Amino acid sequence: MSGFPTLLYKELLRFWKVGIQTIGAPVLTALLYLLIFSHVMEGRVRLYDTVPYSAFLAPGLVMMSVLQNAFANSSSSLIQSKVTGNIIFVLLPPLTYREFFAAYVLAAAIRGIVVGIGVLLVTLPFVELAFSYPLWIVAFAVAGSAVLAALGVIAGIWADKIDQVATFQNFVVMPLTFLSGVFYSIHSLPAFWQGLSQFNPFFYMIDGFRYGFFGVSDINPYLSLAVVGVFLALISALTLAVLRRGYKLRN
Amino acid sequence: MSAAIEIHDIHKHFGSLHALAGIDLDVPRGQFFGLLGPNGAGKTTLISILAGLARADRGSVRIMGHDVRTDYLAARRLLGVVPQELVFDPFFTARETLRFQSGYFGIRDNNAWIDEIMEHLDLTRHADMNMRALSGGMKRRVLVAQALVHKPPVIVLDEPTAGVDVELRQGLWQFIRRLNRDGHTIVLTTHYLEEAEMLCQRIAMLKQGRIVALDSTSNLLRRVHHLFLRLRLAGELPGALKALEHGSGAPGDHVLRLKGYDEVERTLARIRGAGCRIEEMELMQPDLEDVFVEVMQQT
Repeated sequence: MSGFPTLLYKELLRFWKVGIQTIGAPVLTALLYLLIFSHVMEGRVRLYDTVPYSAFLAPGLVMMSVLQNAFANSSSSLIQSKVTGNIIFVLLPPLTYREFFAAYVLAAAIRGIVVGIGVLLVTLPFVELAFSYPLWIVAFAVAGSAVLAALGVIAGIWADKIDQVATFQNFVVMPLTFLSGVFYSIHSLPAFWQGLSQFNPFFYMIDGFRYGFFGVSDINPYLSLAVVGVFLALISALTLAVLRRGYKLRN
Repeated sequence: MSAAIEIHDIHKHFGSLHALAGIDLDVPRGQFFGLLGPNGAGKTTLISILAGLARADRGSVRIMGHDVRTDYLAARRLLGVVPQELVFDPFFTARETLRFQSGYFGIRDNNAWIDEIMEHLDLTRHADMNMRALSGGMKRRVLVAQALVHKPPVIVLDEPTAGVDVELRQGLWQFIRRLNRDGHTIVLTTHYLEEAEMLCQRIAMLKQGRIVALDSTSNLLRRVHHLFLRLRLAGELPGALKALEHGSGAPGDHVLRLKGYDEVERTLARIRGAGCRIEEMELMQPDLEDVFVEVMQQT
């Protein structure tokens, strides 16, 4: 039998055991964003002509939480295991690099989605959301969380110290998520910034995810899904190549 | 039938350091084998290559006939490794740690064997404690248990008794000896040479990435021809014998290194001739530590 189910279960249990920190804290943070931003902005801005700002913001916050937590899970699990040395417990058994990839990415994606569901549930009393196309919501949540989970695997393997993962998170993941249209529609930006936003893969994740709620978006959702799909394929291929080579894991 | 471990022409560099410079070694099935050497000799690097934690620049390693690179899944199933570093996962209890390790090897419902290992290693009382709460000795026992969850026919112990108390050492060796009697091949690295002498049937000594001695423990012990005469004297050791002195303890205690039994009588006669009274006397055979020191000095 394969060791994959156990590695997946262990990774799930790892974040579940510290759920206050790994699920509760990001849900609270997202709720505070929603309450503060919607208090300040409500009534001043309407998006897509009909959508109130708080309703526009909520799906963006949900997706931002999904992405950030998926990344945090795989990257922190790997760097902690490397720093403490217990990574050898998963390097000694007969696990293939594909099983390794699948377990870390799936567990991290699940954490991202669990946090996303939590954020969605706590925002529902404050905003009225339509769920126009639920399958689009699920598709972008799954693909987006998988991209960030795989990126987290690369960061966790690349980093030698915990602060290097924090650097990756603060200087790559955070700016790309904040500048992806979580808090605004890119149509409200000057032309130059609109153009630049289209090079940000996170923008397509947020925009496509939001389409699932409102049935309107800045970009055609099929194009967004294609961009996210290609990005997922590229990141997955890179992560698998890194794991297959044993980069920084098997010297 | 293939050997438990076949190592052929293994080379490993770390930058300009030639950590392993052509290791050739076979460990037959069922043997209790010792891998000795000073710090930095390459023991842990060699074990890492066996376990797939490091990759050799050249050469091949097989576990029970399975290449550790091309047939790594089979090779890893057959190998259990107790690492030198005291590592643990702070999120889980001892029992969870063992269940996970078992699951990584694809073994479900392994509770009976896990309970048995914990019983033998005196871990049962601590099974449901978080790993963080366990003492260093207990954490070491969990590491040993982790290496055994999949009942590997080849077990590698990289300094398993470093920094642990006498009770654990004795319990551990009793258990490992039982596994060896049951047919498991054991490879041991240790700085406690008396343990290696007591347990190992065959020993390889490494120095600067090369094997400098490889023989049965009894043959290695025969390589040193001298013996030691421990004396407690009421008076000064005659000056002419001071060159033979190998060590001394309390005032009046002397250990003389002699070339053979012939020299014993002559030495005693000289002491008596100097008017010195012998209060205690003991003849001691060279042990593995003496062999080790001699091999390391000669090579």
